[in-house]
Amino acid sequence: MQRPILELKGICKRFPGVIALNNVDLSIYSGEVLALIGENGAGKSTLMKILGGVHQADEGLIRIGGNEVQVRNVADAQFLGISLIHQELNNLDNLDIGGNIFLGREPLYGGPLKFVDRKKIIEQSKRYLQKVGLNISPSTPLAFISIAQQQLVEIAKALSTNAQIIVMDEPTSCLTLTETNQLLKLIGELKAAGVSVIYISHRLMEVQTCADRVVSLRDGKNSGQLAKEEISRESMVRLMIGRNIDLKRRETYNGNLNTRIEIRQFISPYFPNHKVTFDIRKGEILGLAGLVGAGRSELAMTIFGIVHSLGGEIVVDNNAIRIKSPKDAIQNGIYLVPEDRRKAGLLTALTVRENISLPNLWRYTSAGLISYKQELAAAEEQRKKLAIKTASCEILAKDLSGGNQQKVVLAKWLSLNPKLIIFDEPTRGVDVGSKAEIYRLMRELTDNGIFILMISSDMEEVLGVSDRIAVMREGALMGVLEAKEFSEEAVMKLATTPIEHTEFANH
Amino acid sequence: MRQKKEVGMVVIFLALFFGYALLEAFQRGFGATWQNPVFLGQANLLNLTRSIGIFGVFSVAMGIVIITGGIDLSIGAVFALLGVVLAYLLGSNWPWPLAVSVIMLVAMILGLVNGLLISKMQLQPFVVTLCGLLAYRGFARFLSSDQTAGFGDTTGYELLRQLATGEVFHIPAPFLIFVVVCIIMAFVLHVSVYGRYLFAIGRNEEASLYSGINTKLIITSAYVLCGFLVGISAILLAFYTNSISPASHGTFFELYAVAACVLGGCSLRGGEGSVLGIFIGTAMIQLLRNIVNLQGIDSSLEFVVMGCVIMVAVLFDQILGAQQRTRKSRIDMKQPNPAVLAARK
Repeated sequence: MQRPILELKGICKRFPGVIALNNVDLSIYSGEVLALIGENGAGKSTLMKILGGVHQADEGLIRIGGNEVQVRNVADAQFLGISLIHQELNNLDNLDIGGNIFLGREPLYGGPLKFVDRKKIIEQSKRYLQKVGLNISPSTPLAFISIAQQQLVEIAKALSTNAQIIVMDEPTSCLTLTETNQLLKLIGELKAAGVSVIYISHRLMEVQTCADRVVSLRDGKNSGQLAKEEISRESMVRLMIGRNIDLKRRETYNGNLNTRIEIRQFISPYFPNHKVTFDIRKGEILGLAGLVGAGRSELAMTIFGIVHSLGGEIVVDNNAIRIKSPKDAIQNGIYLVPEDRRKAGLLTALTVRENISLPNLWRYTSAGLISYKQELAAAEEQRKKLAIKTASCEILAKDLSGGNQQKVVLAKWLSLNPKLIIFDEPTRGVDVGSKAEIYRLMRELTDNGIFILMISSDMEEVLGVSDRIAVMREGALMGVLEAKEFSEEAVMKLATTPIEHTEFANH
Repeated sequence: MRQKKEVGMVVIFLALFFGYALLEAFQRGFGATWQNPVFLGQANLLNLTRSIGIFGVFSVAMGIVIITGGIDLSIGAVFALLGVVLAYLLGSNWPWPLAVSVIMLVAMILGLVNGLLISKMQLQPFVVTLCGLLAYRGFARFLSSDQTAGFGDTTGYELLRQLATGEVFHIPAPFLIFVVVCIIMAFVLHVSVYGRYLFAIGRNEEASLYSGINTKLIITSAYVLCGFLVGISAILLAFYTNSISPASHGTFFELYAVAACVLGGCSLRGGEGSVLGIFIGTAMIQLLRNIVNLQGIDSSLEFVVMGCVIMVAVLFDQILGAQQRTRKSRIDMKQPNPAVLAARK
């Protein structure tokens, strides 16, 4: 057997209060696609940051082509042919595409004056952009292109450094299905060209499609690996969490057709030309599918009152309600679990207790002053109910794992009196174990008569969790699928149907 | 941990305070100091506490907007403007309650303008209040034709003058006013719903909005509240100096307030700070000014000393914080790592 191009041996890394990596080994051969899986906090990203020179290992060694190397910083990593594509894109969107590709390595002229050679940048960028199948001028500002295209720019950047090893940390978490498939195809091409790819993802379907080998981490340690023929959903889950879990959708749908929340002729300011009408039935989870940019989050934000709707109404229990601000929405029992947990869902610098009490602080006051005791009691109650894993309610929200943070966001709303909860990408960046728990919680909520609208770009989730699926495209509702019609093709067909044929389509 | 910071500040303040008392004893001899202390003498202590009181009230005002993630650079200029107007009104024989009402109203309206520009128009607090700094000072100079305005010995508003220069039980009135403001604001900021909202918005405005807080209203109100306290300070300061030269009255005072807040543990990123901290921060700065004065250090060096001390204090805090974090992270792991040894062989 050939020698691995890259070997990591006995890597240890400590952070304040945690051992992120404990004696981790990893090796990859040239032209191999290695999937690195594990729950959140298992240490995948940390390991890759060490490889990419962002962090330094406390112990352990790195070998490339059999020689021990030091990766002290990102420049070292680049020099060694390692390129890291981060979980959150680290692009500068005030620069153009070319500027990003050659960031920090700009070709210069003018000797000591060090002028940037724009011509050369444009010329060379074009070549790398073609390689990744992106036909856009390199002088396009990065802010003008989609997230998927930005991802491709990152890969072009990696190619331009002659990277032999490309690490992709959750590259598809913001991509739609078509874009994901394009990326997977590109990975195949890279592989054929002898580039090694380390692929990190929570989406096991993708891993199954593209990986030659799977290595799993759990709690900062190696928890096993799978050869290509052993890769299956069950085997991966077992390695990641040490047990089997079941993500099955409820078979019998018992939604109540008569009690429902109706969204009638609703117009969001983002898509003023489209009226959206649909209903959510009691006891069901209505999935809202579509490509990124289909206007789903915008619809959710409008319903929740972050922006003002331009028309239409929301009918709850036969009463039309007006929502001008999130405050109005909350008073009417309509809550949003936003897409970006750390930015909009939580105050990460506040404690779990303070986060849970925030939407309804007045309830925990006496004589206008906040009662710490009442606040804590409410938070503790939610912690028990939702099994939020935290040492106490006085821990800062930022120190919790993704899944537990999501539960805190949910706890905020459950301590009130919810009627409708809109989940926007409820399990983005959440590990498999916590995912199952969140699905279970959502199901429990519907059983208790709470309406749920779930926006999701994860096809597995949309098909697996929803009772019905509404599909949007460019701000318009393209149709609603009943359970018996569910299939990936059916969803994609609606999500990509040209808009002219189905203008103002309802169900 | 938040509490610890303020405890540390109190310790540093006391060390500086008694340290300097001791220094004086060494410099002048223990006997002479005991007989007739300068630093610990009644006159100096009255002066010190009076200036703490006057600077403290508007430092708390600054603290409120800093906690929301903002800043108010116009405070000093507002002092000049309000001072000129107050001198004019009282000089025109307005009854003082009416004049004070006008001043407070104007102060709060200026705050409201700042607040609306920042929350509704989404302008940056630094820019908005920088414009205020320039505009209000210029306006004050224009109104007074750049002439110094004073209250002289006119009668009819002794009570007002007493608030700035008087004493109650040998404690300067401004200091008492400051303490009352602190107690009220401590409740408002640290125990009331409104205070929690302020801190929440300072930490993350978007998430606060998503939690149903009317962020624009709260931010605007913070600037109005700031304006209210600035109005009180403006009146105290006007009578404290007794004459208002529009070009220099209150210059740099907003920066004293920022310094007090920063020393007291406020973060300019917002969402952090406490009334107790601001109290100690103000006391510290006034103590420093006092010491610089008493030591006969050239007044032009006063800002050098203060700049350095604040920098050292903030640096110290940063280093201590970093140490605390690393100490937490020292968790035993087995050394040496056998896998590494094996691989090296």
